[in-house]
Amino acid sequence: MLIAVLAGLFVSVLLIPLGRLFKGRLAVLISLLPTSLFAYFASFIPTIANGEAISFHYPWVPSLGVDFHFRLDGLSLLFSLLITGIGSLVFLYASSYLKGHRYLDRFYAYLSLFMASMLGLVLADNVLLLFIFWELTSISSFFLIGFNNEDANSRKSSLTALAVTGGGGFLLMAGLILMGHLSGTYAIQEMLNASSFLKAHPWYPAILALIFAGAFTKSAQFPFHFWLPGAMKAPTPISAYLHSATMVKAGVYLLARLYPILGGTEYWTYPLIVVGGITMFYGAFHSIFRTDLKSILAYSTISALGILVFLIGIGTEQALLAAAVFILVHALYKASLFLTTGVLDHETGTREITQLGGLRKVLLPLAIAGLLAALSSAGLPFTFGFIGKDQIYEATLHTEGIMPIVLTSLAVITNILLLYAGLLVGLKPFAGKLPERYQAVHLPHWLMWTPPLLLALMGIAFGAFPALIDASLLNPAATAMINETFDSPLKLWHGFNLVLLLSGITLALGALLYLMRKPSSKSMASIERFNYLAPQYIFGKLARAVRRFAARYTRTLHNGFLRVYLFRIIMFAVLLLGFRLFTGGPIQWIPAHLSPISVYEVAVLGILIAAIFLTVNTSSRLTAVVATSVIGYCICLLFVFYSAPDLAMTQFTIDTLTVVLFVLVLFRLPPFLNLANRRDRIRDWLLASSFGAIIALITIQAMNQPFDDAVSKFYGENAYVLAKGKNVVNVILVDFRGIDTMFEVVVLSIAAIGVVSLLKLKLKASEKE
Amino acid sequence: MKSTILKTASIYLLPILLLFSIFILLRGHYFPGGGFVGGLIAAIAFVLHSFTHGTEATLKLLRIHPSALIPVGLALAAISMFAPMLNGQPVMTGLWFDQPVPVIGLIGSALFFDIGVYVVVIGVVLTILFTIAQYSG
Repeated sequence: MLIAVLAGLFVSVLLIPLGRLFKGRLAVLISLLPTSLFAYFASFIPTIANGEAISFHYPWVPSLGVDFHFRLDGLSLLFSLLITGIGSLVFLYASSYLKGHRYLDRFYAYLSLFMASMLGLVLADNVLLLFIFWELTSISSFFLIGFNNEDANSRKSSLTALAVTGGGGFLLMAGLILMGHLSGTYAIQEMLNASSFLKAHPWYPAILALIFAGAFTKSAQFPFHFWLPGAMKAPTPISAYLHSATMVKAGVYLLARLYPILGGTEYWTYPLIVVGGITMFYGAFHSIFRTDLKSILAYSTISALGILVFLIGIGTEQALLAAAVFILVHALYKASLFLTTGVLDHETGTREITQLGGLRKVLLPLAIAGLLAALSSAGLPFTFGFIGKDQIYEATLHTEGIMPIVLTSLAVITNILLLYAGLLVGLKPFAGKLPERYQAVHLPHWLMWTPPLLLALMGIAFGAFPALIDASLLNPAATAMINETFDSPLKLWHGFNLVLLLSGITLALGALLYLMRKPSSKSMASIERFNYLAPQYIFGKLARAVRRFAARYTRTLHNGFLRVYLFRIIMFAVLLLGFRLFTGGPIQWIPAHLSPISVYEVAVLGILIAAIFLTVNTSSRLTAVVATSVIGYCICLLFVFYSAPDLAMTQFTIDTLTVVLFVLVLFRLPPFLNLANRRDRIRDWLLASSFGAIIALITIQAMNQPFDDAVSKFYGENAYVLAKGKNVVNVILVDFRGIDTMFEVVVLSIAAIGVVSLLKLKLKASEKE
Repeated sequence: MKSTILKTASIYLLPILLLFSIFILLRGHYFPGGGFVGGLIAAIAFVLHSFTHGTEATLKLLRIHPSALIPVGLALAAISMFAPMLNGQPVMTGLWFDQPVPVIGLIGSALFFDIGVYVVVIGVVLTILFTIAQYSG
């Protein structure tokens, strides 16, 4: 299981050196990764259908409670199959769609990275692990949206997406940590036991608010939805895969996963119903004003995500089953429509709905795919969409109070608009007369038209024979959400009842809307008048305000003069420490605590003072540098006296290198310098002496505290026993606190990259001159 | 710097200092030393050479640009960090061979981690110094 999850990461890393090999025809081979994973996950279907769940546990950092703890249950399996199944088709499709692209290898690396992180996300049984993968999906989505990195709009959209989902992720982390902290465990399965405790806890609303923030930003809920239409700047296979079928459903997945732990209360239900309801209507309403195919799909995706959040908010068994069904329904038809749009764009060069028409004559298989997907989205009987819509109406009708009327009518209106949007994308480009300029359009490589056709056919097959998947896939998924066994076979025919009537009304009104309304670019303009009210506009203003504030703040505090920084930092430290010392009680001077002073120490101290005197009084830079290094070496000697040879050695070498660095830089500075004026020197002297005095006082005070040697004792006793080393300092560095060291070398590397890139930029600029 | 004595000496000093840095690296687990100091000493060896022969000559001597050492070292450290996972143990569990190797002593994953640190430090220090040297020269 660990290998299955991380395989994508390995492939992604391997593509860095081996990418060249896979730029040409071999690109298809990379699709073996998702297809084999699909087969692997499909092999679990019988086990999961029996109501079992499979756990895999690999210790990672047990001391922090972070483990590779994976669990495959109905919900994870449904998502895993979607991720790898649609992933396979998208990998294949992209090999043809982006054929010969300069960065095809990079594209597959990002895509594999995404797939691995998405799989990790849905399989993780530890909230911290889940969060790590959650962030990885945001990052890979950032790279994929900005894939056409030479286009300024792409870059902007990817930044927006990252800012929104990253900001939400930040809040989500806080929520998950709060949850883990209160329940005393980070394992999701163990959290189930703490469910009632969490729900009664006074911080429960705060936890929910934080987790909702994460889910809403990721799943593009109103008012955070605006990053999703922007994300359509990504190549179309990416839009189909990340921004419709899988990644944007991560928020929905999170809600579904946490439902048994946190769900079912008023705090859970109402926010989700309200936000989901607004989103599903808002998205569907906006979609009909768009004329760009991908924009229509983006808004209808937002609407579909709203429906899912709405259903999880309702939280009845029917609603949760409806959510499971609709996840699959939507993934199938929406991915198919996206891929169809991709071919249209690829072959005709436009995605404007007003320009396209009659293409069935030249792109017949694609027209079939589009039509079938549109019908499934419309919810025609015998399509999978019909069952999906049935389930939604079932769920809204079986709520309490006046809710059925409100919620059902909202669902009906949304579905009518969605039906219209689906027909617009799936039917309109292929119906009517073929414009002359598209006479020469021909069917692309079969790898581009079979994936959408396959997905659309699956939508029909599952609709006609729901028994194919209900007991094996959808009921286990609902079971995982409800957390008790659940079995309700999906039926195509429920008899003549209210639900059927509602379905009929939806179909009739949607079809009528399609026949009556002709999309035109004017409709776009009519909706754009309200842009100043749009969340995107408000968030944009907010972002600009933050940037202005940051610029002003930076100009005041970081003005580029090293002496000013030093002055401020030291002054602040003096004030803070001085205050603490002043309020902390009298300072005791106990000479008995001091060790006897040897003649070496006095000698070194004398050299030290002489070197300091020389440093501040010389007018030659070189002398100052050398004198400073003498100070450094003297301190090394002190370390040696007090038996810290490791520290002394390191300090000694660092000092040497610093002198070298100084000398290198000094070449660039004016050769001679004047000392600062008297007033400044007195000011600096005052500051320096008070800082020195305070540090000395703190040291004296620290000696009065009883020395707690528990830590050093532990290291001293265990260095050889546990880590087979006799040098305790080194054992701490490479073993006991090895993770710290690892991050330190990473920081060092980042510093080197920083220096190089800053200087190289300057070098290039000066070469140009 | 145009001192013939230093120039000649640095040619002999370079291998000796490098050997010394490896010695420091290897003894780290039992006596004062370790990857960080070792890396710094090795970097000083090359810096000394570059002082007397010029940065270009040192770069030529190195054959690869020192910046290429950074990912190698990071990878080495990361692999030694994650290797225990393949064994089903938590990250950074110390793994040790049973039999000591002559001269070096016991070999464990900590040694590879330290070698990774050593390589990163050489790469980082030389990259920074050489870039600045080229910029100022």
